[in-house]
Amino acid sequence: MDFDLTEEQRLLKDSVDRLLADAYGFDARKRIVASEGGVSPAVWAQFAELGLLGLPFSEEQGGFGGGPVETMLVMEAFGRALVVEPYLATVILGGGLIRHAGSAAQQAAILPAVAAGERRLAFAHAERQARYDLFDVATTARPDGEGWVLDGQKGLVLHGDGADTLIVSARTAGATRDLTGLGLFLVDASAPGVSRRGYPTQDGQRAAEVTLTGVRVGPDAVLGDPKGALPAIERVVDEAIAALCAEAVGAMEASLQSTVEYLKTRQQFGTPIGAFQVLQHRSAEMVVALEQARSMAMLAAMMATAPDARERRAAVSGAKAQIGRSARFIGQQSVQLHGGVGVTMEYQIGHYFKRLTMIDTLFGDADHHLGLTADAGGLINS
Amino acid sequence: MDLRFTDKELAFRDEVRAFFKQALPPQIRNRITSGHHPTKDDLVTWQRILNAKGWAVPHWPAEWGGTDWTPVEQYIFQEEMQLAPAPQPLPFGVNMVAPVIYTFGSEAQKRRFLPRIANIDDWWCQGFSEPGAGSDLASLKTRAERQGDCFVVNGQKTWTTLAQHADWIFCLVRTDPAAKKQMGISFLLIDMKTPGVTVCPIQTIDGGHEVNEVFFDDVRVPVENLVGEENRGWDYAKFLLGNERVGIARVGVSKERIRRIKQLAAVEMSGGRPLIEDRRFREKLAAVEIELKALEITQMRVVAAEGRRERGKPDPASSVLKIKGSELQQATTELLMDVIGPYAMPYDPHSEEGSNEPPVGPDWAAMIAPNYFNTRKVSIYGGSNEIQKNIIAKAVLGL
Repeated sequence: MDFDLTEEQRLLKDSVDRLLADAYGFDARKRIVASEGGVSPAVWAQFAELGLLGLPFSEEQGGFGGGPVETMLVMEAFGRALVVEPYLATVILGGGLIRHAGSAAQQAAILPAVAAGERRLAFAHAERQARYDLFDVATTARPDGEGWVLDGQKGLVLHGDGADTLIVSARTAGATRDLTGLGLFLVDASAPGVSRRGYPTQDGQRAAEVTLTGVRVGPDAVLGDPKGALPAIERVVDEAIAALCAEAVGAMEASLQSTVEYLKTRQQFGTPIGAFQVLQHRSAEMVVALEQARSMAMLAAMMATAPDARERRAAVSGAKAQIGRSARFIGQQSVQLHGGVGVTMEYQIGHYFKRLTMIDTLFGDADHHLGLTADAGGLINS
Repeated sequence: MDLRFTDKELAFRDEVRAFFKQALPPQIRNRITSGHHPTKDDLVTWQRILNAKGWAVPHWPAEWGGTDWTPVEQYIFQEEMQLAPAPQPLPFGVNMVAPVIYTFGSEAQKRRFLPRIANIDDWWCQGFSEPGAGSDLASLKTRAERQGDCFVVNGQKTWTTLAQHADWIFCLVRTDPAAKKQMGISFLLIDMKTPGVTVCPIQTIDGGHEVNEVFFDDVRVPVENLVGEENRGWDYAKFLLGNERVGIARVGVSKERIRRIKQLAAVEMSGGRPLIEDRRFREKLAAVEIELKALEITQMRVVAAEGRRERGKPDPASSVLKIKGSELQQATTELLMDVIGPYAMPYDPHSEEGSNEPPVGPDWAAMIAPNYFNTRKVSIYGGSNEIQKNIIAKAVLGL
């Protein structure tokens, strides 16, 4: 058992923190969010230069062979700075699907370009009727000669509007809620039949509604087994959840820190309001919620790459449930303790609250994952 | 970073587990599994088994019987003891007064007391709280006046756990009434057989006799029983309470209780099905399991950081462990109430001694409600959870 960072990990953390301190202050972030496209090509290029965009890829894949701890460190830093760039969409989700399901040729064609910052990916998966069920897919892929024809609609494609390549899940067999019969397809975002409606999300990020109408792809567009993609999807989503847990910890940490500073400076009744015990106790409860969340984010990071899928999924669900509860508490109380300014756009604290709230809904909220944890028989066994 | 135990740590765990399995007398194990308190004899028997093995006081300095285990190995040892489940060694000796003695006491005190604590030849109890000094411990009034080579002690202590068995009590007493309240306190070791010491039982809401009032009426205590310097007792008390909080999370105890909840919920029926199949119950249980898993990792983080801390300086994060650990002990006793449902109701005043009457309802039901009632204490003792929040606000957040 060991909670220390290696020298390389410390360096990574420091350089990401430095980059964000320089390029991603709250005002800079505001400008990025308000810009055309809603992300920063300049920052993306800096990420590429620092090696972040190929961080989890192996060296043969054009990356740096980073593990879950490296991803955790980067995501925590992104959480603290409220980064809106498509890192999760491109590197963790898109890159993860190609790493785990793609052939050597597909990996060689795509991953180095991702690592260089030249190609953006998005995972077109979630559909209106599915809620949080990963297997629930109505979009179809019909064989067409050697290739396939895709039809369907994906409502919540994270950073789908800025992506060059979409990775689309589609049903090659069976009914909408079957566990088998799912395939993954590489689709050029500008291919005929693909229409995208980009939109901003509540937390200042971007997403798109993607409609696929008779979209033709060749046989080389299939990622892995066209009838058995669910295990790969579950695995990559677990990695994404672990990354989101780390991001949430970073955001909760910054949110609490900002709140405590406010309590020390805001004066009422002739004294800093942090002198009041009711607010001190609330802050202490936020510390407890944060530390519990941090522990579970570590568990998620460690378990996201575990070989046993059942064990992995129980741990990741447990972590997401904890993060959801802690994030809701810390987010709401941070706003409450800031008083009126907490509900203004101008102040940063409300933006942490919004990001934390949206993280809870991504890939299953606390209630959903509590149910999955319970169905898996809980976390305290052996 | 790695949350898994190393091969060496796993081998250590297996060694400890195997020893506990072989050495823990079955009747003691059964008493704890069924939710009863270990008896005095149980505690003494188990402590002496550990001492014979050289494992009675692993966290002490090696010269007094410590084992030189790493913090992680200490943690594994403690957790395995809770999972066995074996009695927790009486904390007042090995975990509370002994570290004060070996850190601040005289050589004579160390030689006199430490070996007897390790073998539980002396049963210790704690004289801190008073009727007027609970959370505000420093307002304590028990007086110790120097008369020649004695302190003469007058006053009253309360909530004194298992004082009915005690040979010795360590007390905070006021030696300088003129000083500011934290400054005039001393740490005194008092033989319970000294004339003028009276112990009166307090019955707790579970019907048990665990705590007592202890009265001191012109009790003459030799000056060599003063620990460290006169009027520095508050520092020693803070040191002691900081040590107490680390063990107080009792993650292993809650884990063991979760196992029992799962076993019992698989046989208790609800709506014609085993209770464990009820979605609402399962999710309630899972929510507690998630918090407990998180606490386990939080505790390991504190343990791992311990190796880098100055010896004797408690981590303010231990207040997080105390708050969450006590909440989860309470949550698990509450879940057992949910499992037993209406058969929580029958009360057997003699259940602790072992009744000859057959129980009403299942035989494992008797201690569930009493333990639920009794466990409300864990968020009150050792510095109430509200005091822990004050500590976090000050020491962690600087408020």
